Amino acid sequence: MEQLFQQAINGISLGSIYALIALGYTMVYGIIKLINFAHSDVYMLGAYIGYVCMTKLKLGFLPSLLISMALCTLIGVLIEKIAYKPLRNATRIAVLITAIGVSLFLEYTTMAIAGANVRTYPPLTGFMNMSFEIGSVSITMMQIIIVSVTIVLMVLLQFIVKKTRIGKAMRAVSLDSDAAELMGINVNTTISFTFALGSALAGAAGIMVGNYYNSINPLMGMLPGLKAFVAAVFGGIGIIPGAMIGGYFIGIVEVLVSGYGNSMYRDGVVFAILILVLIIKPTGLLGKNTREKV
Amino acid sequence: MLEIKDINVHFGVIHALKGISFTVNEGEIVTLIGANGAGKTTTLRTISGLKKPTSGSIIFEGKDITHSTAQERVRLGISQAPEGRRVFPSMTVLENLELGAFLRKDKKGIADDLKMVYDHFPILADRKKQAAGTLSGGEQQMLAIGRALMSRPRLLLLDEPSMGLAPLLVQEIFNIIKEINKAGTTILLVEQNASMALQIADRAYVMETGSIVLSGTGEELMQSEDIKKAYLGG
Repeated sequence: MEQLFQQAINGISLGSIYALIALGYTMVYGIIKLINFAHSDVYMLGAYIGYVCMTKLKLGFLPSLLISMALCTLIGVLIEKIAYKPLRNATRIAVLITAIGVSLFLEYTTMAIAGANVRTYPPLTGFMNMSFEIGSVSITMMQIIIVSVTIVLMVLLQFIVKKTRIGKAMRAVSLDSDAAELMGINVNTTISFTFALGSALAGAAGIMVGNYYNSINPLMGMLPGLKAFVAAVFGGIGIIPGAMIGGYFIGIVEVLVSGYGNSMYRDGVVFAILILVLIIKPTGLLGKNTREKV
Repeated sequence: MLEIKDINVHFGVIHALKGISFTVNEGEIVTLIGANGAGKTTTLRTISGLKKPTSGSIIFEGKDITHSTAQERVRLGISQAPEGRRVFPSMTVLENLELGAFLRKDKKGIADDLKMVYDHFPILADRKKQAAGTLSGGEQQMLAIGRALMSRPRLLLLDEPSMGLAPLLVQEIFNIIKEINKAGTTILLVEQNASMALQIADRAYVMETGSIVLSGTGEELMQSEDIKKAYLGG
């Protein structure tokens, strides 16, 4: 029982990371129907920016988190402007291949600049290094930080999407971009804003993973990116609460498979889930089969 | 008020609008009628800025808007209820109407116009908390028109408001279109239901495969033998 609690705590921490990344996939898909494969590399860049802030600039966690989020926002918007915007009226496959190209570009540019070797985050000190024991269950401060930051960001995101003007524009564009344009909504600005939001969340995930697992490398985005994508599909691609639920579900399943089964199978199980979702309910947990009234 | 001069529109190699010209004067109801594929919807999309013409110009209240964005045109007072209604299905009726006023900042004016829309379409007031996708076809059409009115347009573009509606409902929608026009909004109406459109229109243009082939007052065209044969069933 105690082991189950321990695994649940680990799973929720990992799930928070997947959920943050999955939100970026799902929002971008919702608005331009693109699986933005470069998204996982924005997460990787977030980890590197955090690394530079915390080692070279000797900044604390919070300022590093904010810088990482801000720079990732900028990177996300630039990727959209440079790579995707010129292809707005191109076929979807052209944009998808471009996304893969951007992904490889980011990975290998980072490798050229920072080297292919693993970099290690500085050890956590002071209160960041605390952990709490309840019986034999241990919770680290970093896990608490990951979960709290994630929850704060999700609440903020929900507020932006539901209550603000730009959030309403985002929902309108994702439902029907032509009709949104007829309302006077600037579709390009709205798309840029969506990339900005998703990239900020990925940046936060990147620096938190750096602190949680300590080591980062230029290809670190690939597998978590794919799993976050599975999470987004599981919850229903394009649906924001779906990505949150999916992220936690995938995180917990992965940890349970490692803890109780065989950790060799943990990646396989995640992709088996993807296959099952696509067979049983391709629209995902919260997705609806929409029919249009004519 | 609106002057379309020699507009050409292409979709790839397809020449969809072949140099059409027409005008809409302030206070009028003008209708474009014609068969499916004649280019009526393309004409409206070009006026609202969703489709860029290859040549020609669009003048609205003396201003050349040929190269303006859709957003600028909404700001100037052009608003469209698109073909197939295109309401935002998972948003509530109220949210849909509020999006119609997206570019406006005058809270008081928006509240007044919301009341005006509810006066025209009382059913929308009853359903304001309901998701737009759950409305009936007729109610969705009312919502699409109401939403277009929320930007307080000077020129309202209506694309096939009768499509898929029961005859009684069509009559009701057309009565409301007349009311909206009497209240001071100029209307450009695209319709396949030619007889209904000609009844309420001050003037009409007939389109055929990308060109305007005939024009006149609504009454003149209703008496025309060609129109009777082609569009009015006898």
